[in-house]
Amino acid sequence: MSNFEKLIENSKREWEALNNSGLPMIYLGTASCGIAAGADAVREAIRTTLEKNGIPAHLMEVGCIGICYQEPLMDITAFGNPRLSYGNVNSEWAQKIINSYLQKKDPLKDRALGHFGQGPFDGLPRFFDLPFFRSQVRIVLKNCGFIDPENINHYLAHEGYQGFHKALEMSPDDVIEEVTRAGIRGRGGAGFPTGKKWRTCRDQPSKVKYLICNADEGDPGAFMNRSLIESDPHVLLEGMLIAAYAIGATHGYVYIRAEYPLAIKRLKNTINQMMKAGLLGQKILGSDFSFDIKIKEGAGAFVCGEETALIQSIEGKRGMPRTRPPYPAVSGLHRRPTVINNVETLSTIPHIIQNGASWYRQFGVPGNHGTKTFSLVGKARHTGMIEVPLGTKLRNVIFDIAGGAAKPFKAVQTGGPSGGCLSMDYLDTPVEYESLAAAGSIMGSGGLIVMDEDTCMVDMARYFISFCSIESCGKCTPCRIGTSQMLNILNRICQGNGREGDIELLERIGHTVKAASLCGLGQTAPNPLLTTLRYFREEYVAHIREKRCPAGVCKDLITYSILPDKCTGCLACISACPNHCITGEKKKPHVLDPTECVKCGACFEVCKYDAVVQR
Amino acid sequence: MTDDLQLRLDKVLGGFSDEAGNLIPILQKVQEEFGYIFREAVERIADFLKMTENQVYGVASFYAQFRFTPPGRHSISACLGTACHVRGGERLMESLSRTLRVKPGESTSDGRFDLNRVACLGCCALSPVVMVDKDIYSNMTVMKLRGILRRYE
Repeated sequence: MSNFEKLIENSKREWEALNNSGLPMIYLGTASCGIAAGADAVREAIRTTLEKNGIPAHLMEVGCIGICYQEPLMDITAFGNPRLSYGNVNSEWAQKIINSYLQKKDPLKDRALGHFGQGPFDGLPRFFDLPFFRSQVRIVLKNCGFIDPENINHYLAHEGYQGFHKALEMSPDDVIEEVTRAGIRGRGGAGFPTGKKWRTCRDQPSKVKYLICNADEGDPGAFMNRSLIESDPHVLLEGMLIAAYAIGATHGYVYIRAEYPLAIKRLKNTINQMMKAGLLGQKILGSDFSFDIKIKEGAGAFVCGEETALIQSIEGKRGMPRTRPPYPAVSGLHRRPTVINNVETLSTIPHIIQNGASWYRQFGVPGNHGTKTFSLVGKARHTGMIEVPLGTKLRNVIFDIAGGAAKPFKAVQTGGPSGGCLSMDYLDTPVEYESLAAAGSIMGSGGLIVMDEDTCMVDMARYFISFCSIESCGKCTPCRIGTSQMLNILNRICQGNGREGDIELLERIGHTVKAASLCGLGQTAPNPLLTTLRYFREEYVAHIREKRCPAGVCKDLITYSILPDKCTGCLACISACPNHCITGEKKKPHVLDPTECVKCGACFEVCKYDAVVQR
Repeated sequence: MTDDLQLRLDKVLGGFSDEAGNLIPILQKVQEEFGYIFREAVERIADFLKMTENQVYGVASFYAQFRFTPPGRHSISACLGTACHVRGGERLMESLSRTLRVKPGESTSDGRFDLNRVACLGCCALSPVVMVDKDIYSNMTVMKLRGILRRYE
């Protein structure tokens, strides 16, 4: 039996022993978002409840299954029943559910979201039949929420490293051919065919080549890469092994944001486990292939997501992009051929090699094969992380999966600071590289920010331009000067000082910055501005001509006041106001002095009777 | 520079080789150990990596992670990512700035807090979020935030 077969056998034994122990299993989602929602306290509550009541059970910490608005999530498998999932579990509920289910065999069905069994169970829906999951196809996210991300055996027991094992039996050229045939395109946003990039690098004569995983997920509003690394880090590193073998790289880097401490910790742990298992280092699994991986923490510069800037940063320099060609696949890190792939791209590779290109091509649409992960955020009713086949309509994603917005939907922003805001009329756009570009946006890394009638589109454009102007590295003039000029104009529009001609001026500068900037940051920075000008022009006009913010967001254009007929005189706003500008007595309508108001919104937040209005 | 400081600095540098590629990891380690990048550290790192101080400072000031003033006892980071912005992140930042009487990037005069803006913490589904030290607080409001700050002395 080979070493690899032994590894697999041991891991399967461990996994089966865990699941067939006869003890109930409790699963708790403890990725960053779960923890932010309070999973730490829930973990403590589970432990104390089990201990105090002498209930024997296994507690397993898993990653994120993606249904973030239900965090913290706790699942229980017991008494031969399918695994049941409970959402929004706090300490109190954890205790109640465990006591009821594990002591009295009553699973508190009404409190459960669904079950993971095959057939029907007690009238509960299947978890993956919930609207949030029904139209998803989970390839990259397959293991997320099901395995302990810190245990290599769990990954191995779920067909882990099978793709890499198969790749080792193929020639590197055949691996590249398979990836090319699969038609996967870069999931970082630009959509360059992965196989083609690998081919170029493979064909370079250099003895030293590098592979870099770009985990510098800087797009605000996108967190798929973080979540995937925290939930299933091995799949990424397996993808890196296959890529390195195919292109002939001996050294690899994961360039990851320092803002993701848990993901970094899990990657380090993963690398150690791989070394111990002989899956990393010299002569991996007894082959002639040797490879090592180092982690490089980014230091907070958005532009480092651009590949030439990222290379500068790894070399210890200011992260400033350079002109291409030469492309990094020809001359990259330390002037050696270098392939830079995104986290999601690399994490898809093991599945492609294991199941074959034809299998992968069944998902998606011609020219846009496979699936894509997205983060659903903003005013979406159901926020979270999803994976859908390319070609899915935006409408399905936003209304079927995300459940629409709480208030009437206004726009969806795709592609982060490089993308655009699309209006209701564009919801039948399929999610794929070309269609999104034709609508003036981009696919980008996968943040989908839903906006409703309370979102001001001028303010949104100002936000993104401000972001790009801060993050502009300053090397080329169009981006450095152009973004700050656009910001100045947008600022004055939001302050009520907009002038006739500002819209045309913004368009002119925007097109110039797009055409003349050196790198992707500048070339795409005007997109949020230009798309909002295209689809929501009337909001700009209202700001400029009527000095009015229709969404009630731009501070200089709104005032707060209290409706006397709705005010119950509860005193809540009076104690909330930091500037003491609300006066009144108990049970009598309060009065807000607008001259002293700093427009912090505290009164609006605390009022339970909708008596505080912003206009 | 005091001997003690020198000793601690040399200990940090001892963990690295003098390759130029180590500059950012060294700066990160120095900041982790001392809380910020101070003048003498820049001099010592330049010496160690055989660069000019200008080069070291040029790199350090390029990246948002590095600070050049001492941090407060507790660090507050208000997330101003897109999802947080849409759900009121900016208002939280303004409120923090007003209550603590500091601008982003500064520390309070009593040394209790420093206030920072962060582009995205990746907890977008639970926005708006604020991080105090290593604790992330989700679905924040101006009112909730006031209560939370009382926990940090």
